[in-house]
Amino acid sequence: MFPVLQIGSLAVQVPGLLLLVGLWIGLSAAEKHAPKFGLHPDPLYKLVLAALLSGIIGARLFYVARFPAPFLANPVDFLSLNPGLLDPAGGLAAALIGALLTGQRLGMRLFPTLDALVPFFAVLQIATGFSNLSSGNAYGYSTDLPWAVSLWGAARHPSQVYQILAGSLILWQFWPRKRVVESLPPGTFFFQFVTVSSFAWLFLDAFREDSPAFSNGIRTFQVVAWALAAAGMAAWYLLQKTNRRRTNG
Amino acid sequence: MWHFPLGLILLAFGLVWIGASRKPPGHVGSGGISAPRAGFLAPDFALEDESGGLVQLSDLRGQAVLVNIWASWCAPCRAEMPAMQRVYETMQGSGFTILAVNATHQDSREAALAFAARHGLTFPILFDSDGSVARLYENRALPSSYFIDPDGRIREVVIGGPMAEALLITRVEQLLPGQD
Repeated sequence: MFPVLQIGSLAVQVPGLLLLVGLWIGLSAAEKHAPKFGLHPDPLYKLVLAALLSGIIGARLFYVARFPAPFLANPVDFLSLNPGLLDPAGGLAAALIGALLTGQRLGMRLFPTLDALVPFFAVLQIATGFSNLSSGNAYGYSTDLPWAVSLWGAARHPSQVYQILAGSLILWQFWPRKRVVESLPPGTFFFQFVTVSSFAWLFLDAFREDSPAFSNGIRTFQVVAWALAAAGMAAWYLLQKTNRRRTNG
Repeated sequence: MWHFPLGLILLAFGLVWIGASRKPPGHVGSGGISAPRAGFLAPDFALEDESGGLVQLSDLRGQAVLVNIWASWCAPCRAEMPAMQRVYETMQGSGFTILAVNATHQDSREAALAFAARHGLTFPILFDSDGSVARLYENRALPSSYFIDPDGRIREVVIGGPMAEALLITRVEQLLPGQD
């Protein structure tokens, strides 16, 4: 665990830094392989940048909408750099809207774009694992397994390492190889990735002690992962069916 | 096509896994383990305040507490203190207090007291002369803030600063009983 890197009087938040590095590597990988999906790298870069910016602005706007009173009293806090003043769900929604609007403006085709973004998301999954490892977030249940790690007062499942390993396997499996990519109907590559990643998420979340849960103990993230896996699988199936019909017809 | 039935089997297995791996009823955070992070009981400590009296964190159970580790030479620490004072003045009556733990092992008691007097800080200033609290809280950067609920459990850790007043207000409101 290494949450802060102190450089003189500057305290660099290592988890955030690792996420930024992941964003950069993921975006570079997506840009490099974009031509395999029939895309130019530039619009892809603009799309991700627009999603990031709209996500950050949206996250702050949603937070302010949820708790308006302190911001009305101190309007300057709207510009605060505190990440705690961001609403993650609102940010995600705003990032999606920003990406959709930008994609539309740039005339990008939806399915090839989603396919081309797979390396970006795959690298980001691994970076999130490293970020959690550095912050100590997403820690596992206590265990007496020989590979347990000592963290937060107990020997625990190294859940962050599980996340990194699963992410690495998924990245290896979904590295855009020309032969594989060209054999799939557009969109299939992305929905396969969503399905496999969601199942991995669903499985691994069970080892986490700090994941949120409903009052009956059912884990929130597992429900979301299951729904994503079902949606990804349905979309994958429908795309293949449509493509087969088109080929036969 | 074999993918479809396999997919359905996997989804069914997913549902079984969700049911099998659900958290036990009444599961709260990490039980009785204390550690300096969200979800755990706040590590207990007792430190001297400016009048020489001993302040023990566990004596403040039932109140929302902000433990802030700071030093007078640290610019972000200095920048967030006025906002902390305003929030303290507003919310003190609702069962909220601040323990400003001065990292005296890398500062001085005189400098800390002079800073507190200059800014009219009225919340308790505690002196961590031997760095024991900094070690207990695995403190790696100044300022570090720990929002602790009335049950003594850390709800959020903020490393670095300065914290905006809006952040302080929203977090403290979430800590206070009946406002979660």
